[in-house]
Amino acid sequence: MLRFIAGRLLTLPPLLLAVSAGVFLLLRLGRGDPALDYLRLSNIPPTDAAIAEAQRLLGLDRPLAEQYLSWLWQALHLDFGLSYVTRQPVLDDLLHYLPATLQLGAAALAVTLAVSLPLGVWAARHRDRMPDHLVRALAFVGVSIPNFWLGFLLVLLFAVTLNWLPPLGRGGWSHMVMPVAAVSLMSLCINARLLRASMLETAGQRHVLYARLRGLPERRVVHGHILRNALLPIVTATGMHIGELLGGTLVIENIFGWPGVGRYAVSAIHNRDYPVLQCFTLLMTVIFVLCNLAVDVLYAWLDPRIRLAREAAR
Amino acid sequence: MSALAEEAATPAIRRRRPRRTTLAGLALVGTMILGALAAPLLPWDPEAVDLMARLEGPGAAHWLGTDHLGRDVLARLLHGASVSLGAVAAIVGLILALGIGVGGLSGLLGGRTDRIVMRVCDGFLTVPTFVLAMFMVGALGTGMANVMLAIALSHWAWYARLVRGMVLSLRERDYVAAAIVSGASRPRVFVEHILPGVLVQLVVLASLDIGHMILHVAGLSFLGLGVTPPTPEWGVMINEAREFIWTQPTLMLWPGLMILLTVMGFNLLGDALRDRLDPTLAGDGC
Repeated sequence: MLRFIAGRLLTLPPLLLAVSAGVFLLLRLGRGDPALDYLRLSNIPPTDAAIAEAQRLLGLDRPLAEQYLSWLWQALHLDFGLSYVTRQPVLDDLLHYLPATLQLGAAALAVTLAVSLPLGVWAARHRDRMPDHLVRALAFVGVSIPNFWLGFLLVLLFAVTLNWLPPLGRGGWSHMVMPVAAVSLMSLCINARLLRASMLETAGQRHVLYARLRGLPERRVVHGHILRNALLPIVTATGMHIGELLGGTLVIENIFGWPGVGRYAVSAIHNRDYPVLQCFTLLMTVIFVLCNLAVDVLYAWLDPRIRLAREAAR
Repeated sequence: MSALAEEAATPAIRRRRPRRTTLAGLALVGTMILGALAAPLLPWDPEAVDLMARLEGPGAAHWLGTDHLGRDVLARLLHGASVSLGAVAAIVGLILALGIGVGGLSGLLGGRTDRIVMRVCDGFLTVPTFVLAMFMVGALGTGMANVMLAIALSHWAWYARLVRGMVLSLRERDYVAAAIVSGASRPRVFVEHILPGVLVQLVVLASLDIGHMILHVAGLSFLGLGVTPPTPEWGVMINEAREFIWTQPTLMLWPGLMILLTVMGFNLLGDALRDRLDPTLAGDGC
């Protein structure tokens, strides 16, 4: 198992290196001129002398490859430069906002799993009857609804009309209810649908038939023989959902005044605050990649076939 | 006997999906397209400001009322349909072109090109889609054209990978070998013998993805990264309506409803297309 984890970890550095190069290059080749944006955000009139000075300060007068290498070297020392706007180290700024985002994302992931699994099992056990129709209808609406609009609908109902929940801000549990619901609904619906399909498929397999022939009680067949195998695709899908949940969190933060990286990143895009944008993209990528690594390890642990096949191939 | 036991007894029999859902999808998408086409013919101007008629309720002059600048909500909704549908059409076109072009070349040429292209795809797939789209908008600048480009660039790698995989597997088929042996040129083999099979899968995948793309366009516009304000777009309309959530909540309901119905329509059509064109993908999904 350790070897499997080590093998997966080794694939990460080249991938992240490639992403960092891509991010760096695209920002340099993009439409904006960092020197002009720097001066604009510093309220300095863009005279020729000032532009030359800003270019020297930002290292824009050096060859592209040299710029990238020196940026990479500093990034490896966790120095992503200063924000053009706040004049603070970018990483410090982002790490200041990150806990709020991670809190929202983790809560949304927990809710996704906690609600979708019972729903999926319920629908599969009552195929083509009322519960199944209900879950499928919910899932159909759930995957089509814009998460930010859902956020406002919740505000309209629970904050404006009923006055049960606070419409804005971060604080106790009551502040979490609406943002978490808005972020998690889509993943939850996809998961429930997937588990239902996966259970129906597993139910047709021979080991399930054999379990039934052995006269095992229905409960044990469903839980021990169907659900366990049917969960494997859910584990894979969860890796994908983490990306969606992160993206959803970034949008939903803007509605509920949640002090996370999403709002900081959006203002950085408007301001063309390039160091922030660079660090934000890499930070989100690292989180996403690490989560997926965890999912892979979980998968290999749950399914010895995967683990053994990969170790044999090595 | 529970439903799961029945499934075990009859694994091979799959019920045919009722066609009502396909018709519903067609009706929804058709209505939206008609609305988008009819929008310029209607007498109301979606950008005409009338400060004397701000935040009016539904009435004879304005069927769905007016917004905070006195603009006609219905006209803005219909023009929004043409903005969203146009954006999605452009995005899908871009993605298919990139996916077929890059993935096809990668699969056909093989060797070093293939390895490099696949590493580039891996790089694109490493970044969460929405974060990648946000980054692209940051790099390219805000605006609707850049949002479209950003969404295409954050989705294309999946398609390129799929095309490459299919090219690799179709290349081994006997009928492709026969075409090569009979002297067909490589481009001709690709266009006439490999592309049709690839296209079917791509259309299915794209149709299932369209709803998702509409949501991403609206999401980015909602964050203020898409169209510039006077242009009517559903995400922007929701953003503008948020100030009036206490006084005029219906202003927010309409554009969201439009997004919801459009996405639902495309999802229904996507499912129908998948069942029709590619039965191997057909799950028991809704």
